[in-house]
Amino acid sequence: MATVKIKIDGQAIEVEEGSYVLGAAQSLGVEIPTLCYYPFMSPYAACRICVVEARNNKGWSKIVTACNYPAWDGLEIFTETPRVVNARRTNLEMLMANCAPVPLLEHYAAKFGVKEPRWGHGTYTCILCGLCVRICDEVVGAHALTFVNRGQDRDVSTPFDLDSEACILCGACAKYCPTGHIKMQDIEERVINHRELNLGPNAAITLPFRQAVPNVPYIVRENCIHYKTGGCMICEKVCPKDCIDYGDRAEFEEIEVGAVVLATGFDDFDPTPMKQYGYGRYPNVVSSIEFEKMNNAAGPTGGKICLENGEEPRRIAIIHCIGSRDENHHKYCSRVCCMYALKFSHLIMEKTKADVYQFYIDMRSFGKGYEEFYQRILDEGGNVIRGKGAEVAPASQSQEAEGAMIVRCEDTMIGKYREVPVDMIVLCTALEARADAKDMARRFNISTGADGWFIESHPKLAPVSTSTEGIFLAGVCQGAKDIPDSVAQGSAAAAQVMRLLCQGEVLMDATYAEVQDELCSGCKICNDMCPYHAIDFDPEKKISHINSALCKACGTCVAACPSGAIKGRHFTDEQIYAQIEGILS
Amino acid sequence: MSKPKLAIYWASSCGGCDISILDIEEKILAVVDFFDLVFWPCAMDIKYDDVRAMEDKSITLTLFNGAIRTSENYELAELLRQKSVVLVAFGSCAGEGCIPALANFFNKDSILDYVYHKSPSLANGGGVEPQPEVQVPEGTITIPKFWNTVRSLDQVVEVDYYIPGCPPQSDQIVNAVMAVIDILQNNKPLPPKGTVLGATDKSCCDECPRERNIKKIKAFTRPFAKVTDPNLCLMEQGIVCLGPATRSGCGAKCVKAGMPCRGCYGLPSNINDQGAKMVSALASVIDSTDPEEIEQIINTIPDPLGTFYRFSMAGSLLRRVQV
Amino acid sequence: MSFEPRIVGFLCNWCSYTGADLAGTARMHYPPNVTSIRVMCSGRVDPAFILDAFRRGADGVLICGCHPGDCHYIEGNYKCMRRMPLTQLLLQQLGIDRNRMRLEWVSASEGGRFQEVITEFTEQIRALGPLKLHDYNFDPNAEEVHQHV
Repeated sequence: MATVKIKIDGQAIEVEEGSYVLGAAQSLGVEIPTLCYYPFMSPYAACRICVVEARNNKGWSKIVTACNYPAWDGLEIFTETPRVVNARRTNLEMLMANCAPVPLLEHYAAKFGVKEPRWGHGTYTCILCGLCVRICDEVVGAHALTFVNRGQDRDVSTPFDLDSEACILCGACAKYCPTGHIKMQDIEERVINHRELNLGPNAAITLPFRQAVPNVPYIVRENCIHYKTGGCMICEKVCPKDCIDYGDRAEFEEIEVGAVVLATGFDDFDPTPMKQYGYGRYPNVVSSIEFEKMNNAAGPTGGKICLENGEEPRRIAIIHCIGSRDENHHKYCSRVCCMYALKFSHLIMEKTKADVYQFYIDMRSFGKGYEEFYQRILDEGGNVIRGKGAEVAPASQSQEAEGAMIVRCEDTMIGKYREVPVDMIVLCTALEARADAKDMARRFNISTGADGWFIESHPKLAPVSTSTEGIFLAGVCQGAKDIPDSVAQGSAAAAQVMRLLCQGEVLMDATYAEVQDELCSGCKICNDMCPYHAIDFDPEKKISHINSALCKACGTCVAACPSGAIKGRHFTDEQIYAQIEGILS
Repeated sequence: MSKPKLAIYWASSCGGCDISILDIEEKILAVVDFFDLVFWPCAMDIKYDDVRAMEDKSITLTLFNGAIRTSENYELAELLRQKSVVLVAFGSCAGEGCIPALANFFNKDSILDYVYHKSPSLANGGGVEPQPEVQVPEGTITIPKFWNTVRSLDQVVEVDYYIPGCPPQSDQIVNAVMAVIDILQNNKPLPPKGTVLGATDKSCCDECPRERNIKKIKAFTRPFAKVTDPNLCLMEQGIVCLGPATRSGCGAKCVKAGMPCRGCYGLPSNINDQGAKMVSALASVIDSTDPEEIEQIINTIPDPLGTFYRFSMAGSLLRRVQV
Repeated sequence: MSFEPRIVGFLCNWCSYTGADLAGTARMHYPPNVTSIRVMCSGRVDPAFILDAFRRGADGVLICGCHPGDCHYIEGNYKCMRRMPLTQLLLQQLGIDRNRMRLEWVSASEGGRFQEVITEFTEQIRALGPLKLHDYNFDPNAEEVHQHV
């Protein structure tokens, strides 16, 4: 492309022919004020604040808008001539004549020395800069906004002034509106809604969580405008390090590893099906993890414990064992709830004046310092009621003074039925195995228990290894456990991995199955027997073959082999027949 | 020097084994050239007393076909054992009972009752039953006693070698007999006792030309009830084929002709019960983890006992049905 | 003398054998009639083992494995679950009461269940009486051989 030589305030620069003056000025560091210009939208020259004086060497001169005036050879630009200053001031005054005093215009007025606009102030707030129309069109790609009418009636609106179906509620128009004419009304007016204490990210670019390693933001596709309309990509344009690339695609990478630690964690039990607790029906019944989020100083309420109407609760119930120790859901104890529930008591009493009631089956404060913490909560005045909260119901008229809801339970300490009125209820939901735990287990050739947790090699002697050599477990994926236990298991798994990797050579168990080549005729019955894919077929010899490194010696193939060609070492047919004979002789 | 002596006997059998021997065609000439054929009731006229008169161990090789069903079978088994150097259980009947041993699903009484009183094709107006001894004016005449259980040869006398098959394939007979001739002619050591001649240690699948894949079976069916793919493993097509648990050596003739292997070559040397191994193998590839569905699939196997033990009942672990 | 059944038990190493251990360490009482053989997985149990046990004089055969879905080897117990009904069908055809063989799921933590299973199965076999294999061994002098019609 051809280049041209131009001068801006006396500084020479060579730019592409037809490129706009504003860009050249910016690259020279010459400041030209702008209002309706953003680098990722097409120049529109609506505000006419960026005017400059263009001259040639023959004495021709003209006031032009820098944002969309193309460069030509020999062009000279002057940005601060009296003529320019005057024109900018006049243009600003004309904008002000149509517009109520908004901070942006006040800012320019002060900058240009406009004390009292000659034509006074208007009352409307739209200055028809077109930023909203352009961002919706060019960047977001939703095409929901446009200019309507002409002349004095010109305005920005949706087609026919109706609620637009094309609008994706991204809020970009409101964000870029320089005068505040466009507002996202709901955001301004809404109160805290506990249902919005969801755990997922709220922004399109976010961190997985605040302590995430690596601490790198990522794009949440569900929230990202680009994945809705194909437009936007502002982040890609503005990232100074060019870190964002929408052209990037997910790709599979094969990495050879010597060991794998599975630490896939857990899913949070959804208490909605337990209708008796009113989760999802009563606004102030929240799950423990939602309550945790509410407690987070960086969370949606800024760490304030509040009811849905924003008020401080007076009485809070914490109900233990929701989905745990329950014949209908999970029989196991989730092990962490008692302690975090006590922590909740502490936080509530610290942050609010509310009374806290814990409804528990057994208080399992088994860890180091845990029992002491339980005693401390009792000393601090936390109430504990032994008896699982049976039901949450609306309070009766006589109870309403104390709380909108009641928790019904049998207090087994005093042997009485009780109804405890409260404003807010926290449900201590169970930890449960990830929904895809079985798929995961299949992928890694390990097994899951009936509860869905991954099964360790031996509950006492090999608590982090699995039935597949080189696959280790850490954390809740193996069974409910708290942070200290998870850290301990993680460290143990890491140590096991180090042990394995440092060996160089690996000792295998001598118990495995092998195909006796001279007896195998390749019927392939065993080929689908092995859950570890240790059996493959040798198409050359037309017989099956067992990879002894993969074999776990279960013996299923040995029993299945119809011609007795597979031998299970250390559990051979001969050995077992000898045992049968021995028993019955 | 006199020629080595050869005896061929049929006990409880159909005669197919003898025909199979004749099917070796002109090789029979080499056999009679090498051996002195002293006893072959099916082909030559000779009395048992002639055999009794022979010296012990005077017969070099006896090919004994047929199962032990009657006192006569047993008597001849003992006699030939006594007179022979090498006694070969020839064919499936002598080896493991074969079709005659299907009678082990019943007992003697029920068999005689059916055959002489209940069989629909029977014309036995007087309800006559055979008697082991009958007095006639000329004296007492006897017939052999009918036993309750059919036995394989090795259950009643010591057996040196086995040649399996129903009947043994002629080419395999040639191989086995020629090997024996070679051993005798050249003074080679005999193979260890119990060796199976004229077959291999692998299973029938080794000789089966059909393509085999991973097997997952949803239902079993009988061969006539389905048009089968001629190039694909029959078991994958839901047909119970005993090939995987049957010794090879037959050349997989049945499967090549579109019929499943029935198991006549008997069990390979490394297993001890053909039926139980087939149960294990077949059940393993049933494609279900639901007990009820498994039950349904199993119920599509027609007559498991008769299918899995068609040839091996007498030689199987339990030998007979408890009736 | 009362009939004491002889029962062969095949216990999988990870669940049932451990469950039996638990029953033992918990000093639970159960009849001593079941003698167990440890196999790594119930999937190792070959139907031929069961026939062999009956042939050698067992009155009952018990197979215990991990609960479905709990197998240490992921799905070995499903293989067992498929083989045993067919084996039972075969036993029934062989004239041996199918109830002489039983497949039970006992986990490592179910010592009590192990006790119950053993007790109950032993009683069941006791009620069925001894398994006498008819005409199994060949005896040329036996009456049955010589007696005619």
